[in-house]
Order: sequence, then structure tokens, then C-alpha cells
Amino acid sequence: MSNHAGHAEPAHNDEGFIKTYLWSTDHKVIAMQYLFTGMLMAIIGGFTVYVFRMQVAFPGEAVPLFGRVSAGQYNSLVTMHGTIMIFWVAMPVLLAAFGNFLIPLMLGCDDMVFPKVNRLSYQIFLLSAVVLVASFAVQGGAFGGAWTAYPPLSASGEYNLTPYGATLWVVAVALEFVAFLLGGVNFVTTAMNSRAPGMRMFDVPIIVWMIVIASILFMASVGPLIAGAVMLLFDQLLGTGFYDPATGGDPILWQHLFWFFGHPEVYVVMLPAVGIVAEVIAVFSRKKLFGYRTIVYTALATGVISFFVWAHHQFIAGIDPRMASLFSVTTLIISVPIAEMIFVYIATLYGGSITLATPMLWALAFVAEFLIGGVTGIFLGAAGADIYLHDTFFVLAHFHYTFFPIAIISAFAGITFWFPKMFGRMMDERLGKIHFWGTIIAFNVIFIPLFITGVAGDHRRIFDYSGFPDLATPELQYLRIIATVGLLVLLAFQPVFFFNFVRSLVRGAIASPNPWRSNTLEWAAPSPPPHGNFAELPEVYRGPYEYSTEGREEDFWPQHIPGSAPGAGQ
Amino acid sequence: MISWYVTQASSYAADVDRLILLIAIIVAPFFLAAELALFWLIFKFRARPGAQARYITGEKPSERRWVVWPHYLVLVFDIIIVVAALRVWNDVKIDMPPPEEHVRIIAQQWAWTFVHPGPDGQFDTADDISTVDVLNLEVDRIYHYELHSKDVLHSFSVPAFRLKQDAVPGRAIMGWFQPTVTGEFDVQCAEICGIGHGLMAARVRVWSPAAQALWMEAAPRIPQRATVTPAVASTSAQASFAVRASASTPHERVPVNQQGER
Repeated sequence: MSNHAGHAEPAHNDEGFIKTYLWSTDHKVIAMQYLFTGMLMAIIGGFTVYVFRMQVAFPGEAVPLFGRVSAGQYNSLVTMHGTIMIFWVAMPVLLAAFGNFLIPLMLGCDDMVFPKVNRLSYQIFLLSAVVLVASFAVQGGAFGGAWTAYPPLSASGEYNLTPYGATLWVVAVALEFVAFLLGGVNFVTTAMNSRAPGMRMFDVPIIVWMIVIASILFMASVGPLIAGAVMLLFDQLLGTGFYDPATGGDPILWQHLFWFFGHPEVYVVMLPAVGIVAEVIAVFSRKKLFGYRTIVYTALATGVISFFVWAHHQFIAGIDPRMASLFSVTTLIISVPIAEMIFVYIATLYGGSITLATPMLWALAFVAEFLIGGVTGIFLGAAGADIYLHDTFFVLAHFHYTFFPIAIISAFAGITFWFPKMFGRMMDERLGKIHFWGTIIAFNVIFIPLFITGVAGDHRRIFDYSGFPDLATPELQYLRIIATVGLLVLLAFQPVFFFNFVRSLVRGAIASPNPWRSNTLEWAAPSPPPHGNFAELPEVYRGPYEYSTEGREEDFWPQHIPGSAPGAGQ
Repeated sequence: MISWYVTQASSYAADVDRLILLIAIIVAPFFLAAELALFWLIFKFRARPGAQARYITGEKPSERRWVVWPHYLVLVFDIIIVVAALRVWNDVKIDMPPPEEHVRIIAQQWAWTFVHPGPDGQFDTADDISTVDVLNLEVDRIYHYELHSKDVLHSFSVPAFRLKQDAVPGRAIMGWFQPTVTGEFDVQCAEICGIGHGLMAARVRVWSPAAQALWMEAAPRIPQRATVTPAVASTSAQASFAVRASASTPHERVPVNQQGER
């Protein structure tokens, strides 16, 4: 990296390409490793959805670049799409890439507390990605039992017909969890111990709070699933019967272990996403966040409640029906803090001076689209309505209206916002906006029709509806085709982003240290920050969102600039 | 909304639809208000030369109420929705009215077997009637079903009945339905169950009492001890896939086919 060595840890310059970029303990390099791996996996995840949506829209036709899709391949593609997008795109990009890049910079320290653990975390993650991608190539193909991997289907090659793929899937997921446990330890420890002098917990930017809460959620919820995964592996390989009723096991056990992790996991990826959105909205509306503490408390509340909602995935799974009452209540309760968080973001805009730069467009789109995901979730949390809607495309459209804003929209908001800091150059605004509108409009064209097919009874993971007379109607097929066309348009707009990304890396305008006139500490470091981050470690004098403070000439007031002004702030 | 697409063919179908409509009516104003507020604020407070943003912390009570009140409203409506949802849930899944008929439903990769106890009302006797991928029912009778799976998880889903229930190997799951409309409707498997998941279709045929009686009489008795013990079925998944692919409706018959409106 550059020659402005941070005073804290000077040694790492001139160490050659491998030491600098592949074997580095620098949190920023590790963040980029996670980011690029995540983006690469997103391309694979995008390709899988392209293939299986083409099959749904045009059943039996050869798909360009793939060929005919068999029922088995269809299941593998669906499974891998879900697995990759959640575990190998959302997690590494939102949690690991932004967490690694931002936490030390925003806290004003030179690196993570455990840099070598951090490096190990990425290496294990990379290994997990390799294992997962390799499973496409084994005999029988990649695992085809859905990303939830319910046994007995997942536990026996006789049932799923992808015996090697199933085992590699479990191994890859387990490795991935190890990677994120190591990363999470770092995030939490660093946030607790390495804040700049003067920075109290309530001076910490929201995104850091969110990543720390998400890491704690992850660590607290993943244990049962790791135990479950080991048992699943034993069932697959050693012939044990943890999930096999014939030998006294119970398939429902896995569902409890999986969703006890799986629902907090939704918030593990959601919280960093809303954190990114908070940062961007504050900067581009030149406003103090409306109720900083409210956001922190709602995030904490969401985190706690998220441990008590898991069985809403299992209303009709054969659990005691009386349990549905309890989990319906907790599920609808969790809508309260989430709704409050969204209200807070909307309220922040009031009285602002809003500039619709590309990152802001993404952040506002997050709020607008996530609202759809939120209100449609109410239908599913209500047990009586879930009887009909469960496992239909309504569910699918609902969680894509949450996950797409989380994993894709907020990631684009974050990348376009911090790109100048990451690489020292500005991204092209015009290309950014073309990409934004192409993506957002196409996204809605995909999923609004799928709400309708779901209401009409389309159930999930069906590679050809012609066997179902009530569903094999021209009207429904027409909607399926619209959704697929929307997907093609969405995918067609993504090269615009990659082109913009690469071109800006090479030829973008040189970025000043603080191009967005932002308050948080990462903007006090040079762009891009050298190893060690700050020429001089900053001190903190106020909270992160002192925008448009009365009595100051400038409409921002960075955390590290000493001084006080009449009327407001410290 | 749902009945535009799928017939309400069971006694509780309309309740489920009404619940979904109720939720839609409650959340739609919230949703629209939030989106309108969002877009209005974006427009109203767009950056203009010379205009500075205001400094609002959002921590004063007079400011907080803009968030607190909507949030209480959310809570109130949540309570209404929970109460309505659980009433429907109880009707469908918990409070089962006394049965007039029984049927045993057996899911396996990738077929549905339906067993009627026959005239004696007892399962596992010589007069049981068993059908594959067609479920014959009599209109307006209250059925209790007993749902089994031989291998992996499946889910017995009849959209026209607004009924869905997972089948779990090793368990007999009880439930009920009462068909109210004659006609023919889809049965889906709604839980992924392997490569034949997309082929695991069946049909429900709801008949008038006379037609059902006629069928009962004519149907061949297949004395069988329905194997409901899990997994051990000797066929490999591949083999039974082949069987399923070639299986077609086993019971062709004449009568009075009133198609339900679609």
C-alpha cells in the first residue's frame, strides 16, 4: 500500500504482492478479500438463479449457456442459490467486508485486536467457498435438498441423490461458521477495547453498533446449529440416526436447531445493512440521525426477540399446533422495533438537505423496498394466514423483499459510499445512477408478479408446473415469464456496476480524504488509508452525527476536530 | 383476493381468506403512509442552494412522539392481527370437530397414497380402499386425516382447501377438513422432497354423496396393511421415481362429474 506508514505498526511496506494482498493482517486488505470473494460468489449465485428461472419460465427448453435443466439440477441450483446468497454473499460482504474495513477506521485505531486471527478467518472462509463451489463438480452434483437442508432428505444420499454434494455442503457451511466466529470475536473485542480516546459507547457510529450486535447474535445462535451440522454429518457418513425416526431420532430436531440459528441469522445480516443505511442517510441529508439511542435500543431489542421467533418457520411442520400461538405473538412483536427503526430513518429526512447521490439513492431504496418486505412478513407471522401462504411464492417474494435490500441494495449503498475511502478514487455518478435505476426497477418487476403467483397457489422449488392443472394456466405462466424477464434485465444491468467499479479503480477522479464531508473517523484517515490507518491516532470530541449544528459555518463537524460551538453538540 | 385464483372449497377456506384480507386492510394504510412520507420528505427537503438542514436530535419528547405514536399503533394492530390469526389457526389446526369420515394419507417419494377405511370404518381391514394420487371425497362431510410419510418430509397442501400440513416420517399427524364444493382440485407436495418434488402432484375429487357411494362400491378392495413405518421401504429413490413417473390415475370411472368453478 502507500508509504504513509501509520505510526503504530510500520513494518509492512515493500513486502511484495503476496505479503501485501494475499497474506496480509491489515484489516482493510482482509476486508477487500472478503468483498471480492463475496462479489465473485454473487456472480455464481446470480448465474444459478438465471438458469433455474429460465427453466420455470420456459420449461424444458435448453437454457443458453447451460442447456437443458433436469429436475435434479434444478434442485441443486435452487439450493446453491439460497446457500450462496446468504452465507457466501450477504455474510462476507455485509458483516466481514464492511466490519473489517470500518470498525478499526471508525473507532480510530490502527487495526483489529487480533490481526492474525482475522487473517485466519478469511483463509477459512476462502476454503469454505472452495469446498462449496467444488461440490458442483462431484458425482451427483451439488446438494439439492434446499438451503435449509431438512433431514431425512439431507441425511441420506438414497433420498437426495446428491450424497457427495450433501456432505460437502455441510462441511462448507461448518467451515464458514468457524470463519465468522473468528471474525466476530475480533469485531466485538475491537469495539470494546480499541475506541479512540474520548469515544464513549454512544459516540460509536451506528454501523459499528450494528455489526457488533450482529456478531454477538451470530455467536450466540450458531452453537446449536454447529452441533446440528455435526449430527447431520454423522447421519450422512457414519450411519447414525439423530434425524432418523426408524432408529429413534427425530427430523424435527434439525428444524429447531437450524431455525434457532436461522432466524437470528436474518438479523445478523439485516443489522449491518440498516447500519450502512443509517450512515448514508445521515451524510446525504446533512442531518443528525433522529434518535441515535432509539436505533441502538431497537437493534438490541430486535436481537433479543430474534431468539424467540424461530418456530414461525415451522407452523405447519408438525410441531404441536399450540406452539404457534406463542411464536405468532413473538413474531409480530418483533415487527415493533423494526418498524420503529424504519420510522426513525424516515424521520431523519425531515428538515434535511437531501442530495440524491448514488449511495443515497441506494439507501433510500433500501427503506422503500424493505417496507414491502416488512408488511408482507405480517401475513406470514400470523399463523392462520401462514397455513395458506407457507412455502408458496408469496413467502419467496416476501423474503426477497427483505434479503435483496439487505444483501444487494445496502451493499451497493456501502460500496458506492466508501469506495473513495477504500481505493482513493471516486466512482462515476452517471454510471452509478444508470445501474441503480436498472437494478431497482427490474427488481420490482421480478417480485411483484411472484407475490401474485404465490397467492394463486404456486408452491416453491417446482421445476415445472405442468403437473398441476390448477397452476398450469397461461395467466400464471405469463406472470412467471414476466418475473424471469425482470431477472434478465436485472442481471443485464450488473456489468454496468462492474465496469464502473473497475474503471473507477483505474481512472476515477482522485478522492480527497473526506469527499462526502462526513463526520466519522474513517474520513480523517487518508484515502486510501495506509497500513496502520492514521498518520496520528485521532481523539474524539463528539458523537458521529453532528451535521448542520447551529452556530457553525460548515454543515458537518467531524468527531476528531476539537472545539465547541454555541447552542449544540458537546 | 385469493378466491380470484383459487376456489374456496373447504369450510374454513373463507376464514383464511378473510384473515388475509383483514391483514391487508390493516397494513396497507401503514405501508402507503410510510412510503408517501418517505417520498414526500425526499422531495420536500431536497438540497437547495443556501438552505441549511435543521439540527434535530430526535431525543426530545416532542420529537420522539413522531416515532413513538406510530409505534404504539403498530403494537395495537399487531394485537388485533394476532387475535384474528390465532382464531383461524385454532379452527383449522386445533379444535377439530367430531369426524364423520376418516382418511389416511401416506406420502412417499414421489406419490400420494390415500386409504379409506371402507364400510366397516376400520383401517387395516380387508375392505380398505386405497388410491394413488387421487383422493375421492364426499362433499360436506367432516374428514379427519391421519398424515404419514414413508421416507422424507413432504407437505400435504390443498390450496383450494387452504390446508397445508407437513408429513413427518415417524409421526402420524392428525387434522381435519370439510370439503364444501364438488369438483377437482390440486394436491401439492409443498416441502422439497428430492428430484421428484415437482412431480408429486395429486388431485382431490369432491363428489356428491351419491357419486361417492357409487365409487365406494365399485372401487376395488386392495387389502393392504398400509406401511407407515418410516424409511425402510426397500425401493431405492431412483426406482420409485421411475414408478412414479409411469403411474397415472388408477381409478377411471363414469359418474356425474360436476366440475367446481375455477
